[in-house]
Amino acid sequence: MTTPAVDTSGGAPSSGSTPLEEPANLTWWQRYGDTTIIWTGRLTLLLALVVLWELLSGPVLDPLFVSRPSDVAERLVGWVGDGTLWTHTWITVREIFGGYLLGAVTGMVAGFAVASQRNLARIIDPFMMALYSVPKVALAPLFIVWFGIGLQMKILLAAVMVFFLVFLNTVAGVRQVDRGIVDAARLMGASRRELLIKVTLPASFTGVITGLRVAIPYALIGAVIGELVASNRGLGYLISNSAATFDTAGVFAALVVLSVIAAVVNMLVDMLGRRTDRWKPLEREPS
Amino acid sequence: MQSSILEATDVEKSFVKGDKRIVALRGFNLAVAEGSFVTVVGRSGCGKSTMLNMMAGLTKPTAGQITLRGEPVQGPRAEVGYLTQDDTLLPWREVRRNVEMPMELQGVGKRRRRETAQELIELVGLQGFEKHYPRELSGGMRRRASLARLLAGDPQTLLLDEPFGALDAQLRTDLQVELLRLWRGSGRTVVFVTHDLEEALLLGDRVVVLGPVGRLLLDEPVEIARPRDPDDVRVDERFVHLHKKLGAALKEGAL
Ligand SMILES: Nc1ncnc2c1ncn2[C@@H]1O[C@H](COP(=O)(O)OP(=O)(O)O)[C@@H](O)[C@H]1O
Ligand SMILES: [Mg+2]
Repeated sequence: MTTPAVDTSGGAPSSGSTPLEEPANLTWWQRYGDTTIIWTGRLTLLLALVVLWELLSGPVLDPLFVSRPSDVAERLVGWVGDGTLWTHTWITVREIFGGYLLGAVTGMVAGFAVASQRNLARIIDPFMMALYSVPKVALAPLFIVWFGIGLQMKILLAAVMVFFLVFLNTVAGVRQVDRGIVDAARLMGASRRELLIKVTLPASFTGVITGLRVAIPYALIGAVIGELVASNRGLGYLISNSAATFDTAGVFAALVVLSVIAAVVNMLVDMLGRRTDRWKPLEREPS
Repeated sequence: MQSSILEATDVEKSFVKGDKRIVALRGFNLAVAEGSFVTVVGRSGCGKSTMLNMMAGLTKPTAGQITLRGEPVQGPRAEVGYLTQDDTLLPWREVRRNVEMPMELQGVGKRRRRETAQELIELVGLQGFEKHYPRELSGGMRRRASLARLLAGDPQTLLLDEPFGALDAQLRTDLQVELLRLWRGSGRTVVFVTHDLEEALLLGDRVVVLGPVGRLLLDEPVEIARPRDPDDVRVDERFVHLHKKLGAALKEGAL
């Protein structure tokens, strides 16, 4: 800082006290220590559970019901070998993505359209809540009648589940947009279109992202439920088929694949969320 | 005296809440002369912000009328700049992009926007913070960024709602000087709301004291020679006299 502004005859005012910024000089451990600990903990926990399962299966638990990790691994290897795994996984993945995309896009568009008309939103609200509360599994029989038991029916079932979550969160996000900020833009002369693009969209982003994020597991749930209800392909089919033949190792193997898909998808969303969260308050984030 | 640019005539503003009607302003009259600097003081809750909201066109009077250059105010206009009491920077935009916003809406080209924004950021003493998000700034810095944004729209009439309340004394003085410099000889009209009597007398051509529901308690020309040095003015005879008078009016109005 230079001299304090005693001279007030003009010129830029002093910037008050500027925060001191300096290189943080963090060691490797300060930087990545927490991450290392967390991941080591996670892997240890996973390993412990698997070992425990392997040890208990047989002496304590009946392998017919709980199978055992080595059997599950064997089944997985077998499925990978004969191509079963890939065929069925690919079907399910397509259903998940198709359903998610369809539900998310329609949910956002409908959400913005409805929320921009305050009275329309209030009129529609109870109906949406009622539909939202209907267990979507109950729609499966109807969807089978309408669309058959193919891919379409699962995609639509997943899409319906995703739609409501994205729609409701989008509407809530738009409603939460700070009135003061909207007024500020109006004062600056923003048109309706500019208000939507420059204020409402970014301001409701958090709500929309929340909807997009919480909806992801539901795309998976929708697809798998569709497959469990009626199908001859996909991971859900693999589960019900294995269970029908008392092949618990097969059931668990399919569940492992499902969990891996879920984890990967969740990671993708997390990355998306982090990129858009930059204007949130700074926490302890070096680098 | 010049013609008035902003005029409130028999304005009433009330808010319906449940089965109650909250009256914020009643029988409010004020004419602001073009090019003048009017300061408005009053206890909190007496309707100062409500008055500015209506002048800016954010809300309409329940009864009566507000006119800008003789035309009823229908909605916000770019020629009237309003620095609201609350912070309304866009949290997802950096300081620079916030300051650029009014120019963006006016269709100013990118290069010009950058340059003007930079000048204004330096004017309010925020250089070095162009890339910061509002949440990374202190309250006073956000206030200054808001002021820069207001000026970016180049409004002819400025409505300021306790703009310097959150700033420390030194910065406050700096920005007061800067505001006067921007105003003098520019033909701009300023309506400046504050609860600080000294500030009101230091800045205004005319000071208006409001009581409950916007009742006019006092309306005086300040008539202290400019430029007014913040230190000297405190011992000026007229200043001391007015200060006493304003204080008494405020106290009386509170009864
Ligand atoms: N939107 C609103 N709804 C209900 N009451 C309001 C609203 N805005 C202001 N008021 C009331 O009007 C009165 C004047 O408010 P305001 O103009 O903000 O006062 P000031 O700015 O002088 O502190 C207060 O009693 C306040 O509670
Ligand atoms: Mg106020």
